[in-house]
Amino acid sequence: MATTAVGTPSAPNDDKRWRQVDVRMRRLGYRPDGLIEVLHTTQEAFGYLDEEALAYISDSLGAPPSLVYGVATFYSHFQLKPQGEHTCVVCTGTACYINGAAALIEAIEKEMDLKVGETTADGKLSLLKARCLGACSMAPAVVVGDDVHGHVEPRGLIDLLEAL
Amino acid sequence: MSVEKPVPGPQPAPDDGAEATSTPRRRRAVASLVPDGPVRASVHVCQAAGCLSLGPDVLEQMVEAVRATGATDVAVKKVGCLGLCSAGPLAEEPGSGRVFDRLGQAGGTSVDAVAGAVAGGAPSAGRDMAELLFFSRQVKVALEHCGHLDPESLEDYVAAGGYQALTKAVTSMSPDDVINEVVASGLRGRGGAGYPTGLKWRTVAKASGPDGKYVICNADEGDPGAFMDRSVLESCPQQVLEGMAIAAYAVGANRGYVYVRAEYPLAVKRLTSAIRQAEREGFLGRDIAGSRFELQVEVRIGAGAFVCGEETALIASVQGGRGTPKPRPPYPAASGLWGCPTLINNVESFANIAAIIRKGGAWLASIGTEKSKGTKVFALTGAVTNTGLIEVPMGVTLRQIVFEIGGGVAPGRRFKAVQTGGPSGGCIPEHLLDMSVDYETLGQAGSIMGSGGMIVMDDTACMVDVAKYFMDFCREESCGKCLPCRVGTQQMYRLLDRISKGEARLAHIEQLEGLAGMVRATSLCGLGQGAPSPVFSTLRYFRDEYVAHVVDRTCPAGVCRIGARTGAGSVPRSAAELVAASTRASRDAHEEGGSER
Repeated sequence: MATTAVGTPSAPNDDKRWRQVDVRMRRLGYRPDGLIEVLHTTQEAFGYLDEEALAYISDSLGAPPSLVYGVATFYSHFQLKPQGEHTCVVCTGTACYINGAAALIEAIEKEMDLKVGETTADGKLSLLKARCLGACSMAPAVVVGDDVHGHVEPRGLIDLLEAL
Repeated sequence: MSVEKPVPGPQPAPDDGAEATSTPRRRRAVASLVPDGPVRASVHVCQAAGCLSLGPDVLEQMVEAVRATGATDVAVKKVGCLGLCSAGPLAEEPGSGRVFDRLGQAGGTSVDAVAGAVAGGAPSAGRDMAELLFFSRQVKVALEHCGHLDPESLEDYVAAGGYQALTKAVTSMSPDDVINEVVASGLRGRGGAGYPTGLKWRTVAKASGPDGKYVICNADEGDPGAFMDRSVLESCPQQVLEGMAIAAYAVGANRGYVYVRAEYPLAVKRLTSAIRQAEREGFLGRDIAGSRFELQVEVRIGAGAFVCGEETALIASVQGGRGTPKPRPPYPAASGLWGCPTLINNVESFANIAAIIRKGGAWLASIGTEKSKGTKVFALTGAVTNTGLIEVPMGVTLRQIVFEIGGGVAPGRRFKAVQTGGPSGGCIPEHLLDMSVDYETLGQAGSIMGSGGMIVMDDTACMVDVAKYFMDFCREESCGKCLPCRVGTQQMYRLLDRISKGEARLAHIEQLEGLAGMVRATSLCGLGQGAPSPVFSTLRYFRDEYVAHVVDRTCPAGVCRIGARTGAGSVPRSAAELVAASTRASRDAHEEGGSER
């Protein structure tokens, strides 16, 4: 990886979003213990973490690539594959589970041919599941984009997703 | 590659805006309505995550509706969680103690009607909170400000007596005095294990920390079906910070972290803003409340790993690494974050501290039972009429919680069990409903107090399926470091899966019990040690359901899809599927146990 004269690695390309990552790393003093924070910022900027991003972070923080990759894969929040244009997160917490979360996932799998952790062929929608959103009193709950939907029924959810 | 190698430890708080990485986008900040002159009446609108997602625009609508009435002396205030989440979006008129439910929802209360009633002084609208058992049965300590204060206003918190306790502690009490008060209160860890908080503080205070000491607030609320910590942080983050600051003073720490789940963006946003405000007003940072005491607090955001609720795993995560636990001892009190003595308490434990210092340890000790003092916050959910956030004195009965506060199960349904303690807890059956809710009694019943998730199940829940659900959770969340947990949870899941499909024999139930005992006894951390608990408790109280799956090949609740004779409500299968299932069953019967994975 290219390094500048002062020894700080430079961003992999001209994408302006690297600025956000750089600012974050600088604010954290380039400390390796800020790794999770930096991964959060990078994922927010790019939507997911690719090898290039992980290598750049590894270089910048002076953390071995194995450590960076190990952390990125340990936590379920971090995505190593590009996500769809929209995301649908089905909560599978206990309250949602006993109120029918499994039926929601099953409906999406069957009617939209989309499995948990996967993205539709047209790149439009990713299906994820959450451990618990803490929205238990609206169980079963689903997050589509940034909006939380409560008391969701399979039919209504499919209609909502197909309209995206 | 030459990169600066800085000393570990939090840096000074970054500039405004730097931390706000996970705020919900698209949501505009809506201000409360504050009249210029004296306030005759006011209406509080709940702005916790539950009500916000049901009615994102209710606050704005309420401000407009009050303006439209022409009244100039009516205030509209955004407040934290009002508790009765199932009836949200909620508003309250604090003067008359009346609550308005389902604002702007079909069949609910219209925002205009509430504004009209409050402005016109009509006391007949809404429902009287004092008459609703949901509210009248509760005793609030950790939630004392929840639903009364603007969560984003330090001014509001101070006006309600906030930071009096911290000021009192740092100006007129020695660290020892503070610890004695917490010991006297009898407070025990609200994260679930119930270790006496005062003793923990004393251990950290006595530990030698030449490189400093740390306080960590554990807000990694991972139990599915639990949202106590989220609600407290969304409703009154200052109260948690005040508790942390008092703790830091008592143990001699100058650095603190709040470790919050990434799934709680609103809590992160409000907490981050609360830290900045408290620093500005001298309640955090240097020279706190005019004393020489210093505390720098930083927020650390989790990334979706249940095991990080375990304290040694949490420390590893705060240090930026994989959240894998370590054997204890050494306990974090002796060697925690960067090897320094570290105090870790849960959000709710910290939320109790200010009241203890203000009112005295003896005051808290006067609430509750002999060994479990004070109150406990629960997230009451599942098959119960009133779901939401509640706080009850220790020693109330489960029946009071489920049937009085919760309003019981739906008409025509029968109560079956209440699950406490999440994946490390258990299911308590109907005949034990009159037991007292405290650490010891719940433990004797085969469950735990846990962090406060309480999920009510009616006769539509299958207990084998519930045990399987939690085992699925544990096998996915197992960090993989120790073998009993990594492999044991997989194998227990396989056995439960077979039982649920009617493909097991009675011997498999015995095998499950044996494996569960081994995993409990030999796992490294609380995740593995607790993982067998749902199996043990369901076997203890609902063994008949296991037997029905194995011997009769039916699921009494009709949840599990069993090939042979279908239980009521299960999906009928084609003949081909039935044959396949019975072939699988006979093949499985020949291979004992099965290989790993």
